Amino acid sequence: MNRQVQFEINKTNLETEGRQSRPSVVARNKQNLLARRTFFGVTLLPMILIGVVMIILIVRSWPILIAYSPRDLFLGSTWRPDSGLFGFWPYIMGTFWVTLVGVLLAVPPCLLTALYLSEYSHAFTRSIAKPILDLLAAIPPVVYGVWGLLAVVPFVEGVLAPASKRWLNSIPIFAVNQPTGFSILAGGIVLAVMIAPLIISVVYEILRTVPEDLRHASLAVGATQWQTIRQVVIPRVIPGMVAAIVLAASRALGETMAVLMVVGNVAQVPKSIFDAGYPLPALIANNYGDMMSIPLYDAALLCAALILLIVILVFNILSTLVLQRVLGKNWA
Amino acid sequence: MKKRWQRRHILEAFVKGLMVISFLVVAGGLGAILWTILANGFPALTWEMVSQVPQGGFYLGKGGGVLNAILGSLYLAGGGTLLALIFSLPIALYLETYLGDSDWGQYVRLSLDVLWGIPTIVYGVFGFTLMLAIGMRASLLAGIIVLSLVELPIMVRAMDEVIRRMPGDLEQAAFALGSTKLEVAIRVVVRQMLPGIITAILLAFGRGIGDAASVLFTAGYTDRLPTSLMQPTASLPLAVFFQLGTPYPVVQQRGYASALILTIIVLIISIGSRLISARLNKYTVK
Repeated sequence: MNRQVQFEINKTNLETEGRQSRPSVVARNKQNLLARRTFFGVTLLPMILIGVVMIILIVRSWPILIAYSPRDLFLGSTWRPDSGLFGFWPYIMGTFWVTLVGVLLAVPPCLLTALYLSEYSHAFTRSIAKPILDLLAAIPPVVYGVWGLLAVVPFVEGVLAPASKRWLNSIPIFAVNQPTGFSILAGGIVLAVMIAPLIISVVYEILRTVPEDLRHASLAVGATQWQTIRQVVIPRVIPGMVAAIVLAASRALGETMAVLMVVGNVAQVPKSIFDAGYPLPALIANNYGDMMSIPLYDAALLCAALILLIVILVFNILSTLVLQRVLGKNWA
Repeated sequence: MKKRWQRRHILEAFVKGLMVISFLVVAGGLGAILWTILANGFPALTWEMVSQVPQGGFYLGKGGGVLNAILGSLYLAGGGTLLALIFSLPIALYLETYLGDSDWGQYVRLSLDVLWGIPTIVYGVFGFTLMLAIGMRASLLAGIIVLSLVELPIMVRAMDEVIRRMPGDLEQAAFALGSTKLEVAIRVVVRQMLPGIITAILLAFGRGIGDAASVLFTAGYTDRLPTSLMQPTASLPLAVFFQLGTPYPVVQQRGYASALILTIIVLIISIGSRLISARLNKYTVK
């Protein structure tokens, strides 16, 4: 249908350029109507796609959802598919901790950077910051993973873990229980760098929506710039900032390759940020494709994908609705 | 009074210092990543790496290269981008010329943002499930289709962003001459916004070429060059991943080199799109 429209347009193009005969108004309106219907059909595709993905995952993970009680499935902590034990709890906690550490590490420097770019920096600094953020966003996950493997894991193993062992070992969450650097913290650091460009650019956009007059008014009565930021700018952008962080968290939740390479992949409930973890995406990536012989394994992994999808959809829709309201037409 | 004055100025300097440090940390993060990849990948990067397919025993440290993965990735991302473009352009044009900022337009944008947020591993699993249902095996075609799903929302949102910056006067002028919406969309909007559209295409291509999780199950992996749509295909991200997974240092070195190749391709696309759009921008109506 689409090709036909294209063809018709080419034809009319040729004709008008040759100044032979003009297509009638009726024909052009017909074309317009046809294109309108085709385009409308295509535009429905994204919505249909979300529904189809959702339905297929639900249908395919249904066998395991009815075979086990939600309590066993989601709060059970033993994962032994060959003996029919599917407990998602260690994986859910692995995902939760890696994401939390990543977001906590990313948020302070990212907010400060966005504030700096929006409130303080020269146009020149901004013009270098944009390509830097674009490049950071363009680097493939697997390259982040290689960086994590070569730089972050040794850094955690050689610097952070010994330091923590020396000074913070009595606090359970910083306790060092294993000798390698493959840990929640390493995954969190890699994730923090990966989501940084997203947080910075969205928060920057939000800060730009605060009218310049308000800043001028505050500065005119003698406030310093930081006072202006804290008392005038920040109160107006808090909902947007929270939404930006939630959006970044949803991106971090689904990150597969980079995290998988540095997080250790040990199916346990992490007790400290120096423990290894095993997030849901890594579980799927490592096991899907070769689980055909074990009953329900396939359904269990699709159920993992379903959990991930639902959590991310909720995060995503909430944050996007807030951002659409805050940024209005500027939201992209 | 005096003391208060000083305190807030010290705070000002302190916070500003923190901000500059944060910015340097973020910029330094990019520098650290590029440096790590370059320093580790460059020594193992030989002409053999980019010009040959893996020989027998490649994963044990014998000779060969990753040409199969380089070509495979280009085919996968190229096909995926093409397929995504066929659907993206109508959606972006429909959003702008027919829907505008109506409620419907916002719903479509919301659904695209949601699609963008779905992790690529979920697309991979979804694609693989569908393939099982219709009895298809891991192949270039399946990889292309799944990648196009991953790229579609990125491409449409990027196009939508540039098309919205279209000067309204131009469209109004075309309408005033009696053009239909379709004619305005294709003859005015697409031409005026071509630089932005090309940027969007390259952005999606860059995202597609770097994604591993979606092609892990759907495109498979092979040491041969891809010759048909129905055969499995290697891809660079998976080549990196598999090579790092071996216990041999020589092979791991090649994994770093493969990561360097991938990074170089992505950087060329990212910088290239900037240059192309700057150049094409000369020919648009300001």
